[in-house]
Amino acid sequence: MKTFRIGGVHPAENKLSAGKAIETLALPKQAVFPLSQHIGAPATPIVKKGDVVKVGTKIAEAGGFVSAAIFSSVSGKVNKVDSVIDASGYRKPAIFIDVDGDEWEESIDRSADLVKECTLTPEEIVAKVKNAGVVGMGGACFPTHVKLMPPPGCKAECVIINAVECEPYLTADHRLMLEKPDQILVGVSLLMKAAKVTKGYIGIENNKPDAIRLMTEKAAAYAGIEVVPLQVKYPQGGEKQLIDAVIGRQVPAPPAIPINVGAVVQNVGTAYAVYEAVMKNKPLFERVVTVTGKSLKNPSNFLTRMGTPMSQLIDAAGGLPEDTGKVIGGGPMMGKALVNTEVPICKGSSGVLIMNDKEAKRAEPQPCIRCAKCVSACPMGLEPYLLATCSSLQDWERVEKEMIMSCIECGSCQFTCPSHRPMLDYIRMGKGKVGGIIRARNAKK
Amino acid sequence: MANKLIVSLSPHVHGNDSVQKNMYGVIIALVPALLVSFYMFGLGAVIVTLTSVIACLFFEWAITKFILKRERTTIMDGSAALTGLLLAFNLPSNLPLWIIIIGALVAIGIGKMTFGGLGCNPFNPALVGRIFLLISFPVQMTSWPVAGQLGSYTDVETAATPLALMKQAVHGNADALGQLPDAFSLFLGNNPGCIGEISSLALLLGLAYMLVKKIITWHIPVSILATVFVFSGLMHLANPAVYASPFTHLFTGGLMLGAIFMATDYVTSPMTHKGMIIYGVAIGFLTVVIRLFGAYPEGMSFAIFIMNAFTPLINTYCKPKRFGEVVKK
Repeated sequence: MKTFRIGGVHPAENKLSAGKAIETLALPKQAVFPLSQHIGAPATPIVKKGDVVKVGTKIAEAGGFVSAAIFSSVSGKVNKVDSVIDASGYRKPAIFIDVDGDEWEESIDRSADLVKECTLTPEEIVAKVKNAGVVGMGGACFPTHVKLMPPPGCKAECVIINAVECEPYLTADHRLMLEKPDQILVGVSLLMKAAKVTKGYIGIENNKPDAIRLMTEKAAAYAGIEVVPLQVKYPQGGEKQLIDAVIGRQVPAPPAIPINVGAVVQNVGTAYAVYEAVMKNKPLFERVVTVTGKSLKNPSNFLTRMGTPMSQLIDAAGGLPEDTGKVIGGGPMMGKALVNTEVPICKGSSGVLIMNDKEAKRAEPQPCIRCAKCVSACPMGLEPYLLATCSSLQDWERVEKEMIMSCIECGSCQFTCPSHRPMLDYIRMGKGKVGGIIRARNAKK
Repeated sequence: MANKLIVSLSPHVHGNDSVQKNMYGVIIALVPALLVSFYMFGLGAVIVTLTSVIACLFFEWAITKFILKRERTTIMDGSAALTGLLLAFNLPSNLPLWIIIIGALVAIGIGKMTFGGLGCNPFNPALVGRIFLLISFPVQMTSWPVAGQLGSYTDVETAATPLALMKQAVHGNADALGQLPDAFSLFLGNNPGCIGEISSLALLLGLAYMLVKKIITWHIPVSILATVFVFSGLMHLANPAVYASPFTHLFTGGLMLGAIFMATDYVTSPMTHKGMIIYGVAIGFLTVVIRLFGAYPEGMSFAIFIMNAFTPLINTYCKPKRFGEVVKK
């Protein structure tokens, strides 16, 4: 069975909510839309206090080429354009909308019928995706239309759909595949057409045999789509690892990107969003979110409107347990610890994970015993112990030479470290510094 | 509630590996060899092992508390106990107590704590202790009790080790090789030698355990053993009357103990698989060179010691294969 070639770890899977069908979450009282919920320039608000909006009304315009528009997920009145603490922990500009009823824009096709036929040109598909504010739904939130428009000199050869969901606990993608397989496959076909390729792969880890079976069976009816079962290994959902696993090509060190080896990688949730955007005229304003945790009463998967506070999801899953120590936006390996539970669900919110006090605390670090387990675990072939030590010594020249910018911050090194050393903390600091140094150097040229 | 949330950077989970698990894992892997030594050398092995372990723990505790003045003692992390056990494994079972205690002091004091304790030492501490004793007390360190004298400690009958016989052969004693036990009995451990080195079988069981538990990887032990086998095999083919067979080389002296437990010490061995293989091949090569052409009958300790010194250099030049070096399959 295929997998990526370098490093990797096996965290306990803990897919507590894998058997729970997607439920639709009730509407929030107020929805909050941070303007910066994608990689690139923040969106520019086009509504003001007192404006009345419907579900699907555009409320903020893309702030540049690498940016994405934002749509209201609720109907009601704009309360204010202010700021909110988002998943990153920083206060960011946001639009607040008070919910009143549930009136949708008429252009949206709300029927459940599957629409398969598409007569649009690739350019029209890209334009529709762009106009629906679709971004990568796996967590990185890179605007999807940008990935579909390769830079000059690059040519896409295949579309790879990331249905790996290698983060422990998360099951949103898994459930989506079980419940909307045809819509996803139409979405994949649309992505292939938009990227002008004839080959599409869907990479699914072997811990979801039901999804592999269903998708393989359904994919037979779609030209050029192949389901690729993958051996379970973290971080297989990393873009570069997935390309290596599926087509055996390795993206060179930054600034190279996947398109340099002919691959366009999209999350399975994104494929679904593309289907809805292109075939149903429905902009991206809701998504499936896993709410999970060992002490949570009822781990679930919710179809959630963007802007809903995470506290509402937690309440719907049984309420915040007494012994909560940490609330994480995303999975346990790469998710962000939240400063409060009022953080709104954004385009990239794949899950909310509750950890109890005991799980939440880091163990006391011990001296590095040079066991080299971090070196073996690193999926990028780096030496995490060295990058961490040199970063802590502020030897930026050395860490740049040791390819710190290749680090994907997957956390495998720290996960595997017997001495519980906070390596990734230091490496992130080093990456930040070196990134700044490189930008300054390029600016001078 | 909200202001009580813990905020830290990812990853938020850990694989639950720990220094203790690794150290005690190695100690468990040493148990078969320890049992063989008790069976072969009886009381002597028990006394030497206990003395060495207790002395190492004591010196680590005392130095941490009174010289480094650190608040937290580190003796429970298993590394000092492991050093004590490995040191004992490298000593003959009739070694007087006071020499063992000096060995433990040198191992922990000079070999480890001088550099700052766990993780900082350039040389394997147990090896520092052994080599110090070998050079300082050559007579006591090279008198090897004959196996089976279970009730005695220092007053035992001693005999030449297979390695000493092999050395005599190199020096022109034509009968020496004929007196060697056959490779299979060497493999089981029925021959004079240091406490922990005699039974290759028991040590290989330990290796299997450590590989299964993923405490170490195969690179260092396999590259050492393969190099010794090939190099000594070539010498044997060239002149079987003078150079013993490669199987005899594999199953005698400290080769197995060194290759499996001493050279694989985390702190003093290279960090990349490529580096580990270079390190292992060099250790194997040096061992055979010393065994066949050097002044000492056994070269394992010195070979590991020399390569410990090269580890930082190996780490500087042997980088792992970076992702993206292979662009297309």
